[in-house]
Amino acid sequence: MHGRATRSAIAASSAVLVVLGIAGCSQQSAPGENSAQSDLKIVEQVQIDQNGEPVKAEGGLTPADPAGDGKANCPPLSIAMAGALTGPDAALGINIKNGVQLAVDKHNAANPGCQVQLKTFDTEGDPQKATQIAPQIVDDAFTIGLVGPAFSGETKATGGVFDQAGLVAATASATNVTLSEQGWKTFFRGLANDGVQGPSVANYMKNSLDAKKVCVVDDSTDYGLGLAQAVRETLGPIADPACNISVKKGDKDFSAAVTQVKGHSPDAVFYSGYYAEAAPFVQQLRDGGVTATFVTGDGVKDPEFVKQAGASSKDALLSCPCGPATKEFADEYTQKFGEEPGTYSTEGYDLGTIMMKGIDSGAITRPALLDFFRNYQGQGVARKYQWTDTGELTTTLIWMYKVQ
Amino acid sequence: MVHDCLGSTACLAANIGFDLDGFRNGFWQLTIDGLAWGSIYALVAVGYTLVFGVLRLINFAHSEIFMLGMFGAYFCLDMILGFVPSGNAYDKGVLLTVFYLGIAMVFAMLVSGSAAVGLEAVAYRPLRKRGAKPLTFLITAIGVSFVLQEFVHFILPQIIKGYGGSNAQQPIMLVRPKTQFHVFDATVSNITLVIVAAALLLAVLTDVAINRTKFGRGIRAVAQDPITATLMGVSRERIIMVTFLIGGMLAGAAALLYTLRVPQGIIYSGGFLLGIKAFTAAVLGGIGNLRGALLGGLLLGIMENYGQVVFGTQWRDVVAFVLLVLVLLIRPTGILGESLGKARV
Repeated sequence: MHGRATRSAIAASSAVLVVLGIAGCSQQSAPGENSAQSDLKIVEQVQIDQNGEPVKAEGGLTPADPAGDGKANCPPLSIAMAGALTGPDAALGINIKNGVQLAVDKHNAANPGCQVQLKTFDTEGDPQKATQIAPQIVDDAFTIGLVGPAFSGETKATGGVFDQAGLVAATASATNVTLSEQGWKTFFRGLANDGVQGPSVANYMKNSLDAKKVCVVDDSTDYGLGLAQAVRETLGPIADPACNISVKKGDKDFSAAVTQVKGHSPDAVFYSGYYAEAAPFVQQLRDGGVTATFVTGDGVKDPEFVKQAGASSKDALLSCPCGPATKEFADEYTQKFGEEPGTYSTEGYDLGTIMMKGIDSGAITRPALLDFFRNYQGQGVARKYQWTDTGELTTTLIWMYKVQ
Repeated sequence: MVHDCLGSTACLAANIGFDLDGFRNGFWQLTIDGLAWGSIYALVAVGYTLVFGVLRLINFAHSEIFMLGMFGAYFCLDMILGFVPSGNAYDKGVLLTVFYLGIAMVFAMLVSGSAAVGLEAVAYRPLRKRGAKPLTFLITAIGVSFVLQEFVHFILPQIIKGYGGSNAQQPIMLVRPKTQFHVFDATVSNITLVIVAAALLLAVLTDVAINRTKFGRGIRAVAQDPITATLMGVSRERIIMVTFLIGGMLAGAAALLYTLRVPQGIIYSGGFLLGIKAFTAAVLGGIGNLRGALLGGLLLGIMENYGQVVFGTQWRDVVAFVLLVLVLLIRPTGILGESLGKARV
């Protein structure tokens, strides 16, 4: 009986080979298709304002240095970082964590009298998990500041807890508009929100890309819906209501959406979601023969997007409130972590740096650090930081990137 | 506006559409794409249904056997055949491509098959020896499923560099989707063709193996009455092993076909939803019934594809499970009923 099973298995496998052979025979080979490792990269293009108009970056300003003057003294303290460190969106969380880590390590190396510990908390980007973790952060008396949570959903779920504890919660990446409308006094956003990103990128598509018809596709998450809504409102009639498509985070097959997009032949497709879905989506669009410009938001701006989508990601445009790294920062980061800084690494670093500067200036309690943040004004690696009463930045610009 | 109802169900419900025109216009395309998905569901569903027939156990770890098959296929292409992952499609010509795919499929079947047999030996056999209750098996199955997922998530990256971890594997694409011919103005791509043909062949082979061969008769005998079957000289342990082997191998084959369709899907959590869908397909057709699993898989794939156009893409999973509930309301044992154990020579 045993031998028979093996024989059947062999027979089955060889039969499969034959069928694959027959099926494959009708396939024509495409000449000139290259199989070499692509060297596509996400490269910054231009900084734009809410009207989609290019803005020149201010030059010649030195970013704040977490090392300070090296003479700081402080009791044992810690700052926390919360975000997805494992799970499908871990890359973004790890980028932030590494940015903060770099700032803290530079500070500690330069200031023997003031050693700050960085405590990291993994929320997996999940609001439910973040709700369980938030009390742990708040209950730790040594922790006086938090960089995070990373995503909008989890920030929304936990913001009240941090507000009650008076703990600065400076997010390096949560861009949902409503977060600053909750009345939290401890919320600070280290970058522009979706309310800025949406209109900026929409106007950019309208004016600079000269798009006459755009399909807006969202991934049904808090982030994806919010950004897509802002884009649709600004685009107005250009965003064809007949091809407003909602997909689901976690989906990998977009054949129905591709068929729908194809039927409307738009000039551009805007995808509002994260890279794990954007990569297969753009690949299936291209395979399906859709040549419209692929435009997307900050959730997709990650090297993984290019790695997963390959040649299909070529010429995709990505908007991001996140700033590109300076060469000096990129070198330090690469030396320490063995990889180039990713999306939000600069924001993580800048927010970490501001906390270090606060601690060095004597703000060693939660209320003092909160006060320091409120009145802070200074240049960082990514941009100038100064906050309004609700925790939004006073100047908010968006970067456009391109895969090339 | 949308901010008021972010995340609330009322807001999502507003997004249900009834795009009957889209359904009518895309009918054939949807049917063909759904057939390809259904074939993959069907192959995985066989694993659930055979094990249930023989052991009365829902092997929830089967989705992870499928996931290991994807990694197996990837490993074969990457390490053994030397393809460099790049996200771009290779072009090796038809025959070579088919040859490589065949090797990768056999390898994936071996990986999944041995994983399934290993799983049975490590997790279920000791329980059986101790006469554990059915509930214990079920909990064990769920536990093993987590163990395998987290193994690929956290431990595999330590063993083989660049494998597993939080991100999907960088795709190795051997086949670029290309339209082969048209059926009622629907395009049939080479990938769809390969998936459906390979799945059909494997399904027929499995059906023949179960219904026409000696060990197939053994499987049916054990399913029908384990004690009598043992008295008649059938080795129950061996039958169980072969059952897991067949289920695992089909899952491995399905895994390769799935990665043709979704090259970016090779990730530790990639088997979970597909496994649930395949299980749904098995229940839909009548769990324990081989042909039921095949029929259930195809039906689920097609209906789901229709549903996502009519109601909106984000409702795809809802459509699948509502369909299951409706069918079970009318036919509690599934469309074809539980018949693996029924006497049929």
